[in-house]
Amino acid sequence: MTTPLLSVRDLVIKFPTRHGPLTAVDGVSFDLAAGEVLGVVGESGAGKSLTGSAIIGLLDPPGHIASGEIYLKGERIDNLRAEDMRAIRGRRIGMVFQDPLTSLNPLYTIADQLIETIRTHLRLSEREARKRAIGLLDDVGIPAASRRIDDYPHQFSGGMRQRVVIALALAAEPELVIADEPTTALDVSVQAQIIDVLKEQCTQHGASVILITHDMGVIAETADRVAVMYSGRIAEIGPVREIIQNAKHPYTSGLMGSIPTLAQEEDRLVQIPGAMPRLSDIPPGCPFNPRCDKVFDKCRVHRPSLIPVENREVACWLYEDAEAKGAAL
Amino acid sequence: MTEFSAQLDTPLIQVANLSCVFDVSKPWLNRVVERESKQFLRAVDDVSFEIRKGETLALVGESGSGKSTIAKMLVGLLEPSAGTILFDGQPMVIDSSERMMELRKRFQMIFQSPYASLNPRWKVADVIAEPMVVLGVEKDSAKIQARVGELLELVGLSAADGAKFPHEFSGGQRQRIAIARALSSNPDFVVCDEPTSALDVSVQAQILNLMRDLQDQLGLTYLFISHDLSVVRHMADRIGVLYLGALVEIADSKELFKAPQHPYTRMLLDAVPDLEMTGRQRKEVEGEIPNPINPPPGCTFHPRCPFANERCKGEVPHWTETRTGVVACHGVEEGRIPAAEMVR
Repeated sequence: MTTPLLSVRDLVIKFPTRHGPLTAVDGVSFDLAAGEVLGVVGESGAGKSLTGSAIIGLLDPPGHIASGEIYLKGERIDNLRAEDMRAIRGRRIGMVFQDPLTSLNPLYTIADQLIETIRTHLRLSEREARKRAIGLLDDVGIPAASRRIDDYPHQFSGGMRQRVVIALALAAEPELVIADEPTTALDVSVQAQIIDVLKEQCTQHGASVILITHDMGVIAETADRVAVMYSGRIAEIGPVREIIQNAKHPYTSGLMGSIPTLAQEEDRLVQIPGAMPRLSDIPPGCPFNPRCDKVFDKCRVHRPSLIPVENREVACWLYEDAEAKGAAL
Repeated sequence: MTEFSAQLDTPLIQVANLSCVFDVSKPWLNRVVERESKQFLRAVDDVSFEIRKGETLALVGESGSGKSTIAKMLVGLLEPSAGTILFDGQPMVIDSSERMMELRKRFQMIFQSPYASLNPRWKVADVIAEPMVVLGVEKDSAKIQARVGELLELVGLSAADGAKFPHEFSGGQRQRIAIARALSSNPDFVVCDEPTSALDVSVQAQILNLMRDLQDQLGLTYLFISHDLSVVRHMADRIGVLYLGALVEIADSKELFKAPQHPYTRMLLDAVPDLEMTGRQRKEVEGEIPNPINPPPGCTFHPRCPFANERCKGEVPHWTETRTGVVACHGVEEGRIPAAEMVR
């Protein structure tokens, strides 16, 4: 078996507070193969963005990795010194943030920002870097790239800005791109364009993608596998098609039912009672147990770890037997 | 909804030729020095529609299409530049006459972000009681208190929650409080401006279900504004599609999704991510919404429209009746646009 491109092992992220540390991400593990698109979905506060920030080493203090390891091509990257991490960030891992207006510097032209990024990571002359920058802008679908490159961010529309950010993320041919809610700030019609560009460009450049979003529709169209997060843990992880059509974890199936769709005929949406617990009072056992309709005694006491079921993994005691059966076979 | 269906046909709201123009000119001195003329932005351009009693009309469109501006004019937060709004046959004017105060009790609004729409320094009970006090619906404080408790329970919170402050609630609970406040003056008509776009999906489902239940229980009429087509399909009886401040199509909700007429409506529907994974090929959407200060001549959609011809570039389209509703498109009127694929 080949080494995965990215491997996250038992990642725990904590925030110290006056009332003791809060665990925002609790024991997240997953692997990402080269060229794969992994979707990470969850509601606000589920820890999806923090997981992304931890991988690229941009956790905002006082948040910190309390334990766990992150490997990029077998090489540990979570404990690197700041300057070593800087050599990886942008070069080997690119990032696309939610709001393209805040991720571009309003005082510099697009050319300045792209050329700076390219020359920081690649040994190219100013002219070569500019040529490459124009090529990148062309690739992400900016019309008249050679002219627009000297414009400032405010001269672009939201969708165009996000294209520039994608070009920036891909400027140094990274192996991995982390896209954190790349389309949330955009209109639906533009959202579709950006998803297409992101997917097409990453395939072309051979980059793997971690796509963090709360929008299941975006994941359905883009990702190969999806990880569903709840209360800082992965509830279910597996191939997109199977999770969407046949969710195993009660949270995932509730989540899928609560999304209004264009084809649906029912009058009422499925609703999950209650809300995700606050970080300060995550219940013992399975964090979903107070809202779960299939809860039983064990759920309230013991925390389930990911149990392999068919070709996916589910953190739910309902499938414990499946594992036992699988072991017996 | 059956008991209200008898009145379904009388329009509660009649909007005719509504326009809203904002002056976005530079200051006088700059204009003189730079020899520029005044600039105007037509946020809403000659919009007409009706909302019948007990129904939900949804307005959809991208940012800058004028959805929220229409909402604000309907509840009197913004004065229309032209056109009329009739509420139950009575003209809406922004003043504090006795007639208007009486009328104001009958409509309320739910805003997008419950983090911004609730005063953080007020207790929840005071927030909910405010419309009753201001509009003089109820004067007796004991009765107000009882009514606040009732409202809190109606939206799925407990009466004791009235003593808390907004920050003690989650986003979904705050939106419930905002709904309770909107209902406190016993309105007939509620304008909901993106009521769930700040919420997570599972919470969104709770709020949408609650809003439908309340509509059935209290016979409310909704104007529902959203950019999310799947939410709109779930909530609305009829849908109006806005593009650059103008309505391009109004149709029955189910019909609009089955057989969209206007090319822009089709484009919007094609842009919705496919969750069922039916293998439906999502079409690449061309271009972006143009600058409203300098909109294209003729049909404003023509630069992005695959069916545009010379007529579309020069002549503004008017309403054409179709099997499903009305649409403003030369192509549909001339019958040169092929029928939409019946994918849904």
